[in-house]
Formats: sequence, structure tokens, C-alpha cells
Amino acid sequence: MQNPFEPKILAFLCNWCSYAGADLAGVSRLQYPPNIRVVRVMCSGTVSPHHVIHAFQRGADGVLVAGCHIGDCHYLKGNYMTLKRMKFVQELIRFAGYNPERFRLEWISSAEGVKFAEVVRDFTEKVRSLGPAPSFEASPRLAMGL
Amino acid sequence: MDKCIACGTCAEKCPRKVTDEYNAGLGKRKAAYVKFPQAVPLKYVIDKDHCIYFEKGKCRACEKFCPTQAVNFDDQDREFTLEVGSVILAPGFEPFDPGVYDTYSYSHPNVITSMEFERILSSSGPFEGHLVRPSDHQEPKKIAWLQCVGSRDIHHCDNGYCSGVCCMYAIKEAAIAKEHAGADLNTAIFFMDMRTPGKDFDKYYERAKAEKGVRFIRSRVHSIEPLPGTDDLAIQYVTEDGRITEEVFNLVVLSVGLQISKDTLELAEKLGVEIGDGRFAATSPFQPVQTSRTGIYVCGVFQSPKDIPLSVMEASAAAAESATLLAPARNSLTRKPPELSEKDVAAQEPRVGVFVCHCGVNIAGVVDVEAVADYAETLPGVAYVERNLFTCAQDTQDKMKQIIEEHNLNRIVVAACSPRTHEALFQETLKQAGLNKYLFEMANIRNQGSWVHMNEPEAATEKAKDLVRMAVAKVALQQPLGEMQLGVTKSALVVGGGIAGMTAALTLADQGYPVTLVERKDVLGGHGRKLYSTWDGQPVAPFLDELIKRVEAHPEITVLTKARITDVQGFVGNFHTVLDVDGQRREVDHGVAVIAVGAHSLKPDEYGYGKSDRIFLNLDLDQAIGERDERIVTARSAVFIQCVGSREPDRPYCSRVCCSHSIENALRLKKLNPDMDVYVLYRDIRTFGLRENLYKEARARGVLFIRFDLENKPVVQVASDGTLKVTVKDHVLQRPVVLTPDILTLAGAIVMRESEADELAKMFKVPVNAEGFFLEAHAKLRPVDFATDGVFVAGLAHYPKPTEECIAQAKAAASRAATVLAKDSITAGGVVAVVNKDLCCGCQGCVQCCPFGAIDYLEREGKCEVNQALCKGCGTCAATCPSEAITLLGFSHLQLYAQIDEALSA
Repeated sequence: MQNPFEPKILAFLCNWCSYAGADLAGVSRLQYPPNIRVVRVMCSGTVSPHHVIHAFQRGADGVLVAGCHIGDCHYLKGNYMTLKRMKFVQELIRFAGYNPERFRLEWISSAEGVKFAEVVRDFTEKVRSLGPAPSFEASPRLAMGL
Repeated sequence: MDKCIACGTCAEKCPRKVTDEYNAGLGKRKAAYVKFPQAVPLKYVIDKDHCIYFEKGKCRACEKFCPTQAVNFDDQDREFTLEVGSVILAPGFEPFDPGVYDTYSYSHPNVITSMEFERILSSSGPFEGHLVRPSDHQEPKKIAWLQCVGSRDIHHCDNGYCSGVCCMYAIKEAAIAKEHAGADLNTAIFFMDMRTPGKDFDKYYERAKAEKGVRFIRSRVHSIEPLPGTDDLAIQYVTEDGRITEEVFNLVVLSVGLQISKDTLELAEKLGVEIGDGRFAATSPFQPVQTSRTGIYVCGVFQSPKDIPLSVMEASAAAAESATLLAPARNSLTRKPPELSEKDVAAQEPRVGVFVCHCGVNIAGVVDVEAVADYAETLPGVAYVERNLFTCAQDTQDKMKQIIEEHNLNRIVVAACSPRTHEALFQETLKQAGLNKYLFEMANIRNQGSWVHMNEPEAATEKAKDLVRMAVAKVALQQPLGEMQLGVTKSALVVGGGIAGMTAALTLADQGYPVTLVERKDVLGGHGRKLYSTWDGQPVAPFLDELIKRVEAHPEITVLTKARITDVQGFVGNFHTVLDVDGQRREVDHGVAVIAVGAHSLKPDEYGYGKSDRIFLNLDLDQAIGERDERIVTARSAVFIQCVGSREPDRPYCSRVCCSHSIENALRLKKLNPDMDVYVLYRDIRTFGLRENLYKEARARGVLFIRFDLENKPVVQVASDGTLKVTVKDHVLQRPVVLTPDILTLAGAIVMRESEADELAKMFKVPVNAEGFFLEAHAKLRPVDFATDGVFVAGLAHYPKPTEECIAQAKAAASRAATVLAKDSITAGGVVAVVNKDLCCGCQGCVQCCPFGAIDYLEREGKCEVNQALCKGCGTCAATCPSEAITLLGFSHLQLYAQIDEALSA
């Protein structure tokens, strides 16, 4: 029998809010699926479209970017840049022929362990329901020469 | 306490449940507990009053299960004696207990205080942020807020003052409630005057009305009655036009005021600190944080009711007072850490040491740590692997140092808990072992591993291996990061010679720092010259004369009048500013700058201003009353019109001082001639804090207050013989009222001249808001700092404010500035961005996105450059750069790609 599909999910979490929220989920022993791999970044604003696309290229089935709530950024306005950039990423993914639901942007504070666990649960289920992401080379748009 | 690793096992095993005071009694905690999840230090404690062992002599479950033997039942309270040179009091407030309002049914579970509602909204609260009401945990459809519970009330309690924060927090709670529950949630705020006079507060109020649909009902509610057969509550109230109305709500929130606790009053008595009006510490507007006892300072709500920005500001002001008093003793008790030498490993091949932590059973109970360690040995670059029961234990640290030396390791990975709590500890060990502290990485296999995948040990183990692989790949690419020391020019430039500027200059000069004070005009004093008295009636002129005298005589202060700034170069610690002083060029080197350029009073273009010499602005009236002007002495009737140019669509802010100023002048007129008819036409009376006393006194002395709406502003007619006619629609009478005053005073707005502010803002690389006021780094937490280091703001240039707030803010700005000047050098480097100039095309995308003004475009080279002294290491520029010419050291593109590759390679 074939193993059931287990999605690979990559998450970029900002050091000050969302990574701390993930830590709090741990302290609170909130259980969530083990599919997620976390890359800690200082600010969600340091995640570039290149990084997200690279993750899909290397076989991620879903990518999560999480940062401080708007107005709470440790670097004052880094997450405004995230917001702008990730809107662009969403379009880019759609253009590349991926379901944009494979990408998610969330604001998770250091107090929101519950929210972090919920987001991971929800996103993992979403990506699971979408099935494996097409390989980057097989993406129809990219084959057309993106 | 050193042994506690905050794993939470003690709380989990503790059998005793206790009412959770942190959640305002709405939830339960254990007798072994941590007060709140973000507590610093994050250490669990045993609540002696509720612990079963302390009650009955047995249990000790926490001790049995604690993996680090951190529980000590023999711990005792200890008394410490400290020798100090000054004391700062910041004891805060207690929320008013609304139980004494016998008609508000506070004992009903669905009548709660605003503090309880805050906890309900909080994600770490009793319902995990789900908006439900206490009685049945159902989502409410309709919520009411009742304002002024325990404030502006001398019947149920002795709190005649306005608490100053409740209007704003009620709006915030209503807006957030709608965000949680959806736009259909019906929210109503019952209030007397809407008091939102803080910076940008009125905009928030207007948005809550227009965009969020929060209802605002001007009425003081008499009673809240439980509705029989339901968990709902009926509120009966009288509308402004006199109709009695009843509405049913599912939840009622009482906006409780702030008051000083008995404990604080006892403390004050012990310290010999005088208590004043409203049981707040007695202070003077000219010495806002100085208590009655020399060397003891006060800040926050104990000083008077206030919000977070003002509390933070005052805290810095109190620190400045203390620092000034203790300036001669500065650094006399500080110790310098020993300097450690660092091995040069930059050219070496990576030899990574991996330490896998069991964390007792916290990790090893779920994750197969042995398998993780075995796996780590197979990874490229790994030279040494070991497992530890507790990697963070002191003996492991000592061992780690040895191992680094013995095995010649040059990179370290610890697979354990979170870098947020433990990175600094391990980095210290690296330094001790002669390694650059940045050659380190953590794999978080506990908080983001064993603790969250407790029932999936195999998957948790696989994830742990992935995380270790990612960490090893990242650390192998890590280079030692240098930190350099830049010198500090130990002097300040203060821009603006008004009360704020002079106070900032004196505060710095009194601490021994040379100050250059720059004033545009030919005299010092600014708007203070036109002010007659403070809100509580103290004359301004003698204070101002003394202030100017002290500034001019101070050996550390250079005053430059008729001076204008033409250019600013440099950065924190090293500014170079060019001035035009009465036509002469002058250059000043300074380490910090305080912007205190003030604001201007609006010359109104309405209400007949300028058409009659009987129409005044408050500042003119101050002077006219002072001089016993004929027009004032003979007047039998006076009218004040409020919000002239403030709270209008194109100037949507409150000027904060005008209500108090007008009422103060109304009272002075009444004292001059008790028979004079005095009317104040207003929209909301905003006598916040203890100023409420003025309002009370004015009503007692017969000043009449008539409210108007923005849609029905008063109409002023100036007849050809100079007589004045003011027509206003009275809300209570529901008809126009015609007044024929002998004098009319317009409470005009405080405004910025935007071109002036813009010019200065550009030179110092700091922002201004839509109305031209300088924009601080963070409204609440950094109220006098700019995002650009080394530049600070004080006074009206920040926002309209009364004298005592200007003084507190000026002292705060000086205090913050002194934190730079007190240092001999500024550390730059570490996790900062760098530009690879070979790849930079000079597009300047990074220059625009940097929140700290840390990136310059070098015209001559056509390239960008990061100033490492200003860079805070967010990396936003690195993500913006289209050619990845910028990288954030410690989080380089190469490292991020390596982590991504490794995360997905399994």
C-alpha cells in the first residue's frame, strides 16, 4: 500500500512575534501536525519572493510566512513591506500555475500560541487537501517560458 | 530559580486550582504557576497561600516531577537593604471596583469591567481570545460600554477627576470586539463627553464611528437591570433630547476608572511624599515628576491619570531627574567585563559540534535523541556530537568550552529549545571558548518539536533530524561577524528655544554635557511668553524668566539666536550640522539632537475673527485679562467657542489644551466680575485628568456650557456698530439660542507650518505625520525617540500639549539623548546588512524601504551603502534588492537557501 500524502510545509517566522508565538504554542503544549519546517528570520520583511519561489522549486507543497501584526513590527514597518511583497508573491504563484492557496501570510503575535497552532493545523489540512504541488518544471506556465 | 527551565511540568502536575488574578478572575490557574506566558524571567513559582503542601504538610507533586530539582519548599522571603541616591515611584493604579454602584448589577456574570473584557479579548485570556460572555459562554450579539464608572463621580466614590484613558480604551475594545466577532456585532458606548485628546486619537474615534459602525450614545446611564428569564441586561437611559429609552444587551462592560491604591498611599506616607488632589502625588506643572521630597520622583498614574505614551514619557523624565541629581556619581559603581580574545577561524574548514539536549524528559520523552545524535554525525562538516541531560546546565557549559578546545571546533549547533530564551547563554560559552559568538545556531526540537508533537514520536524525531540538518547547513556557511566601536561626540544640539527646548538643554547641561541651543527668533521663550498661567493657576512668566536666566548663564550651554539649520550630516554619536546664525555660517559637531521647534496658533478664517477687536484668541485674552484691558473690565457678557479649526475634516485632531484654557479664562472673567454672563460653546469638554476640577468649578460659578455639533456650528455676526451676535442651537432646548456677548474668544487650533517641519525632518531623516507634527518611533513605547537613532522630539512639534507635558517630554528627550552621550562608543556591526557593491546597480530600492534611514546612496559611485551604526538588522533591504546585492549577515541569502534546501531535501 502506498503511504498517504504528507505535505511538506516551509514556514518563515519572524524572530520577535511569530517565532515567539510558535514557542508559546510549545510551552502551552498545543498539538499540531509535524509537517512544518521553520526558518527563523529577523523580520518577515526579510523574506523575498525569491525565497518563496525557491521553496516551491525545491518541492514545498505549501509556504507560510508569518510576522508581527501590522503596527507591532519590531522594526517599525518591516511587515508593511512583507504585506506588499507577499501580495506580489501570491500573484506570482498564481501566474506560475500554482494554486495560490499553497501560500499563506499570517500575523501572529508572541502571545498567540493558540493562533499559531490553529494556523498550522488549518494550513496543513488545506495543503493536504490540495495534494502534492506540481513539480516546478511541470508547471504549465513555467513550461511556457516564465 | 536558576534551575527552573520553565517546562511547566510543576503546573501540569499541581492538583490545586486557584482563581487566576491575571485573567481578572475569569479563569483558573494552578498553585504552581507562572503569572503570564511572557513573564520575564520565565520562571514558575509556588503560591504559598494556596499550595496543598503548605496547607496540609503533604503533596510535593511538583517537586517529584520537576526534572531539574528546581523546587525549593524552604525558600523564604528575604529582606534587602539598598543604599540609593534617589528613588523613582512608579506604583501604578488599581482599577476602580464598581461594586459600590448599587444600580449597576455588577454581581451579574454578564456585567463585567473593562479589565475583565480585555482578558476576554486576549488570546492568552480565559477563552483563548474567543469573544464569549461569562454566563453561558455564548457569543454576544450586543454589547454596551458605560463610561465614567468611578471617574468624574463624587457620589458613589471620591473620584472627581477624569481617568483620561477610558474613552479611548472603550473605543478600542468595541473596535476589536467587532474584529473578533464580525461587523454584525452591535456595540454601543454610553458616554458624557468623548475625551480623545491624544495624538491621532480623534482619527481613531471618527473611524470607529464611520467605518466600524460603533454607536456612540451621549447619556449617563442610571441603572442596569437583569432581564428575568434570560442572561441579558436592560439599560434604561435618557436621550439628549429628553426621551426615556430602554435597550437590551447580552453583555455590559463598565469602563472603570483609575485610582490610587491604599498600599501606594501607605508607601507615600512612609516615604514622606505629599499626596494632593484625587490622592495622586502632589507635583507642580513646572516640576511634573518631582515629589514634595527632594530626590524622590514620580511617574505614571501615581503622578496623575494618564495613558501609556505619557507614562513612558514621564518614566524617562523621572530617570532624567535622577540622572541629573546623581551625575557626579555616574559610572562610579559600574564594572567592566573582562576582554576575551577570539580565535581566527575564518579561513578554516567548518568543524561543527552538535549538542543534542534531552531536556530531562521534555525532549527525550518524545524524540529519539539517540537517533538524532547518530544522524547528526553523518552530516557534512560535523566533527563532534554529544547528548546532554541538560545542555544549558552550568557543568555542561564548562564541558562545552573544553570540548570546543579539545576537538578544535569552530561552529556549534545546540539542538534543544528556543534561541529566544537560550541563544545568549550559549553564545557566552562560545566567547569564553574563544569563538566568535555568531558561529552558533540552535535547532528548536523542544518548543517546536517534542512539545507540539507529543503523540507522534516518530514524526517528531524525523522533524528533529531535519531541523538539525538545517542548522548545520546554516552554521557551516556562517562567518565570524565583527563588531566595531565608533566614537561619540559628547554634546547635544537642541533645536528650538521655547520651554521644551530650554528644559531639554538644561537637563543635558546639568548632567555635564555641552549643549548648543538653536533659536530662530532673537529671543528665547517661544509660546511660553504669551501664556498667562498653567491650568492650575500658577503664573508662567516668573518661571519662564528664571528658566531663560538659567539657560543663558549655564556654562555648558551655547545659545544661538536668529539661527537656522541649513545642513545636517552624520549619524548617531557623530552629527555635523551647519547653521546660519544671523547671516554667519557656523558648524557644530554633536552626538545627539533634540527637535523642539514648537508649533503655531491658528489664525482662524471663521467666526468673524479679525473683523472686531472684541474677538480674541485665548492667548490674546490671557494678555488682555492680565493687563485689565478696558474691553474686558467693562464686559458684561462673554462667549467662548471651542474647536476652532480643530476636529474638522481637514484638521482631524484635537488641540488638547483649548478646553482647559477656555475654562481657565472663563473662571478668571467670573472672578473679575461674578455677574458677567459667561458661555462656553463646545463639542465635548475635554478636561482630562485633574483638570476636571476646573470644569466642576466653572459650572459651580455659573459658567454656562452649550454643546453644538460639527454640522450645526455657531454663527457669529459682527454688526456695523461692532456689536456681536452669536447664534447656536441648544441640544437640550432643541432650538436656537441667540447671545450678544461683549467679548468673544475663539479656542483656535495649534498647527504646524508644514514647510518648516518638512525641511528640518528631511535634514534629520525623520518623518512627520499628515498634519506636519513630528512622528515618533512608536506611539506608546518610544514616545520621544525617532526611528533614526540619536534624534529625539519634545514639545508642541510632537503634538499639542500643555506646559507640564512639554516639560516632562523635554526631560524625557534629554534622558533618552543622555543614554547615547553617556557611552564612550557606539557598537556597530554584528547582524547588519552589507552591500556587495559589485552587484549593486544603484536603484535605491533599499534606501526607500529602510525604516531607520541607515542606507545612503553614494552619488559619486552610483552605489548604495549601509551605515552599520544605524542598521538594526531587519533585513528588509536584503529582500528588496532585486539582485540580492544586499545580504543580512547571519541570515544571508546563501544561508536561507541552504536552510530551504535542507528542509525539503528529506
